[in-house]
Amino acid sequence: MKAYLLIPFLPLAAFVINILFGRDLIKDKSHWISCSTIIGSFIVSVITLFDVINGKVINEDLYTWIVSDKFRVSVGFLIDQLTAVMLIVVTGVGSLIFIYSIGYMHGDKGYYRFFAYLSLFVFFMLMLVMGNNFLILYLGWEGVGLCSYFLIGFWFEKKSASDAGKKAFITCRFGDFGFALGVIMIFLTFGTLHYVPVFTEAKNFAGQTVNLLGYDVNLMTLIALLLFAGAVGKSAQIPLHVWLPDAMEGPTPVSALIHAATMVTAGVFMVARCSPIFNLSEVAMYTVAITGAVTSLFAATIGTLQNDIKRIIAYSTISHLGMMFAACGVGAYAAGIFHLYTHAFFKALLFLAAGSVIHAVHHNDIQRMGGLKKYMPITYITMFIAALSAGGVPGLSGFFSKDEIIWSTFASGSPIGKFVWILMTAVAFFTPFYSFRMIFLTFHGKFRGTHHEEHHLHESPPIMTIPLILLAAGAVVAGWAGIPAILGGGAHIVHFLEPVLGHPELHGTHAQEFGIMGLSTTIALSGIVIAAIFYLIKTYMPVTLAERFRSIYRTLFNKYYVDELYSFIIIRPALWIANTIIEGFTDAKIIEGIVNGVPRSIGRFAGILRKVQTGLTQHYAVIMAVGILVIIAFVLL
Amino acid sequence: MQLVMPDLNPVIPEILLTVLALILLMADLVIKRKETIAFLSIVSVAGVAYTLIGSAGTTFGGMFVSDGYSTFFKLIFLVNVILTILISVRYIVVENINFGEYYGLILFSTLGMMIMASAGDLIVLYLGLELMALSTYVLAGFIRHNVKSNEAALKYFLLGAFSSAFLLYGMSMIYGLTGTTDLKAIATYISKNGLEGNKTLLLSMILFAVAFGFKIAAVPFHMWAPDAYEGAPTTITAFMSVGPKAAGFAVLGRVFMTAFGAIHVEWSVVLIPLAILSMCIGNVVAIAQTNIKRMLAYSSIAHAGYALLGVIAANNEGLASMMNYMLIYAFMNIGAFGIVILLRSEGFKGEDITDYEGLAKTHPLSAALMLIFMFSLTGIPPTAGFIGKLYVFMSAINAGYTWLVVIAVIFSVISAYFYLRIVMYMYMREPKVEVSLSTSPAIGLALTVTVVATLVIGVFPSVLVELARAAISRF
Repeated sequence: MKAYLLIPFLPLAAFVINILFGRDLIKDKSHWISCSTIIGSFIVSVITLFDVINGKVINEDLYTWIVSDKFRVSVGFLIDQLTAVMLIVVTGVGSLIFIYSIGYMHGDKGYYRFFAYLSLFVFFMLMLVMGNNFLILYLGWEGVGLCSYFLIGFWFEKKSASDAGKKAFITCRFGDFGFALGVIMIFLTFGTLHYVPVFTEAKNFAGQTVNLLGYDVNLMTLIALLLFAGAVGKSAQIPLHVWLPDAMEGPTPVSALIHAATMVTAGVFMVARCSPIFNLSEVAMYTVAITGAVTSLFAATIGTLQNDIKRIIAYSTISHLGMMFAACGVGAYAAGIFHLYTHAFFKALLFLAAGSVIHAVHHNDIQRMGGLKKYMPITYITMFIAALSAGGVPGLSGFFSKDEIIWSTFASGSPIGKFVWILMTAVAFFTPFYSFRMIFLTFHGKFRGTHHEEHHLHESPPIMTIPLILLAAGAVVAGWAGIPAILGGGAHIVHFLEPVLGHPELHGTHAQEFGIMGLSTTIALSGIVIAAIFYLIKTYMPVTLAERFRSIYRTLFNKYYVDELYSFIIIRPALWIANTIIEGFTDAKIIEGIVNGVPRSIGRFAGILRKVQTGLTQHYAVIMAVGILVIIAFVLL
Repeated sequence: MQLVMPDLNPVIPEILLTVLALILLMADLVIKRKETIAFLSIVSVAGVAYTLIGSAGTTFGGMFVSDGYSTFFKLIFLVNVILTILISVRYIVVENINFGEYYGLILFSTLGMMIMASAGDLIVLYLGLELMALSTYVLAGFIRHNVKSNEAALKYFLLGAFSSAFLLYGMSMIYGLTGTTDLKAIATYISKNGLEGNKTLLLSMILFAVAFGFKIAAVPFHMWAPDAYEGAPTTITAFMSVGPKAAGFAVLGRVFMTAFGAIHVEWSVVLIPLAILSMCIGNVVAIAQTNIKRMLAYSSIAHAGYALLGVIAANNEGLASMMNYMLIYAFMNIGAFGIVILLRSEGFKGEDITDYEGLAKTHPLSAALMLIFMFSLTGIPPTAGFIGKLYVFMSAINAGYTWLVVIAVIFSVISAYFYLRIVMYMYMREPKVEVSLSTSPAIGLALTVTVVATLVIGVFPSVLVELARAAISRF
């Protein structure tokens, strides 16, 4: 009995049922189907986790999809330690978000559609983590991209929402193109798409080069970088991070599920899964580490000045994903996955709590909030816990995983380890700072909205607050599974993942480890303290500072002008070319025939051909006869 | 002289179908409810399908061959006829052509196709071909009160007669050359006497290619198709676009592989331009169509082009992929026509592609089904259409025709434009006209079967692929 198959296929069944019968039959009962199936998946995932803990790793082909000589693609599943952890994250956090959505989406006219898409999304995400070959990975990869497009643009009547959906989809396409090329390169190199033979054979190809446009390129570096391009898109790293903040146009549960707990982590998962390939290329590892570390600091600094509550959390997500990549890049994959796991809890919690706030005030601007803690105590407390966890305050989940990353980068022995460590330590200051800036502006002080709004402030219903409480528990204790040895823990998660991800050689003494931990903790706490000074005690200070350091302030406030830069170097030239050159010059003649003109120029051709179809039988007979004569002449003469 | 009773076992399905079709034709006098006749027809076909099992063998001195190859094609014909009957039940009422002989004619036409698939001799082949064609001509003109339908039938008939003449001419030549009409004997004679370069043989082969090219609607012998498809009752269009085409491929494969096996290089040279032209004209002209039946007619021409690649490969792998393609095409194309028929109601033709605007808002389920069929016709995974194309293309590549596959892929991309335009109309436009669907349990069943087959073959293709491979190994 292949019980594990229930994990992805229960949500798929929920999608099919909801999309077929949701509109007319199930309507506002859709959540029963979606929620019960994902909880079912979660239960099976837990059982599977225990199986894996007991040493039962599954790697089997269900059936072969396409066979033709050497080309052989199968549908198969691999459930090892890495997958088991991912399953818990996706189905566990997913279940709570599904339940929360019942309250949040209540009364929406696309209610059944929302749950159908959520279920479909979870199906693809589960396929992505469960596949035993690159084709299934690719299927899940594209599938989650498609679903995110549906869900970000869920309120498609709103132009900004449907634009954000398109932006997410198109931006990711850049990365996905590289990813697809990477998968093709893997097939060409290894002749198979299955993980196990690819990863065992990979070392035989180390150092081998291929000729690319006249340059000799290291084969493994090429493959790794192509795969990483996909991760950069999906996990919103520089330079493809621009879609994620805009994706906040989607309903908040979507932000929590897709843009915090699951989809964006696909890139980190993929890099960890392909670690045998990445390990063979120093260039690829440096690229991963530096991209991650720079993105992390970059996003963290932007997060300090945003006023949209969901965008702050979105930048925080980008920053945390950057940390995970930084860990992977120095070889500490397990630390990265550990952080992915704890991050899922506190980040989903931050989003859902933000959703609860938005549910009450009906806008996202934290400058127009304040003092909410007395109206929404549960939301306040849970979000506070999430911020503590995210900020890396000792004792909570986020602290242990972040500490693992910071220590790994310091002690990894990677030539760029120290550089990455410095950036990570800087991030350790900004993360608690922007988290608590958000908390203080939202919940403390006096309410800065209108009287009318104040009148409507209320705590969210239990269907929303219960998931918050459960996630808060997760944000506190989830990380305890990975308490490092020097604090008396067993570092269980890291050891658990070791068979798949290996273990980096860390060079450092206990004293150093304590020192690093103490330093980052001090920095984190100082971040909270400074936030408190700025936004609770001396509230004039941010304004003064903003005026003093006007250029820095504006650069950060405008997100380093990346959107403007893209607008300047890509979108505007593209539009300019489109408008002046294409429209004014070639459009009517050439390009129309290629892009816009498939209908017109092929259509014109079609129109001519269509005229041959006169309707006269005699003409038809003549054409047949001519055809015969031409063939005879062609063959016989 | 002693009369020996031939072994009837291989022909039992055909005999049974003949008897049942005749009975049904007469039963029309006593049974007033035409739905009953439809039901009995399906039961009859199911019975015939049952007798197919264990009918393997050769009889009538090699004139009639029942092997894996013929059985696979008969399976396609029976699937085709059952689905056609299911989509017809309500439609012929709407069109006001609810006559009992409709089902009889469909069964006779199917009988003709089955005989074609089993023909081991040119005379039997011709017999089957004309039985199929004559019944189809009548069916194309079945809407007697409609000028377009009459026109379709007449054109189809005239040009069909034209092509039959070429076929007979080719047959007479080959008979004159080899003194036999038996396919295997022809092959033996050719190789024994070293006739590979013989001009008469080549000319005869070309004439066969023309006649079969007409049946499969390959360019430039496709001219009848758009007019006939548009004018014929939509159910018959669906029937014609699959059945006679598959039967044409069946005889093309058998005659060319068996009788003309020795000159496969020469006939590949003839078929390659037909394939390229079919893909080109079919896909490009489809773009300019505003009537969905005409659009699907051109699409059917293009699909003949793709399937021809399997024949051009000239080996068992290629033929197996062509057989797969025809079965897959049967499901997805009849499915698409099923939706076209759903839109036809009293006083509303529903044939203009703008009638599909906003269908997703008014009838989401039908729109979703149409979306799946359009994806499948385009060849997007995980639908059956992708599998069909993949195997045909792969067989052509393995046979060394990579350049031809490149052309085919380019035209597939072009085809996405007109298939996905329907999807775009359904999902991205606002409904302009009031569309009410002519639903019935029968068409519901047909659509369920076709969509399930389209998706299941797309996800689990190996059963079908293995079946076709096993079938071709007993050729």
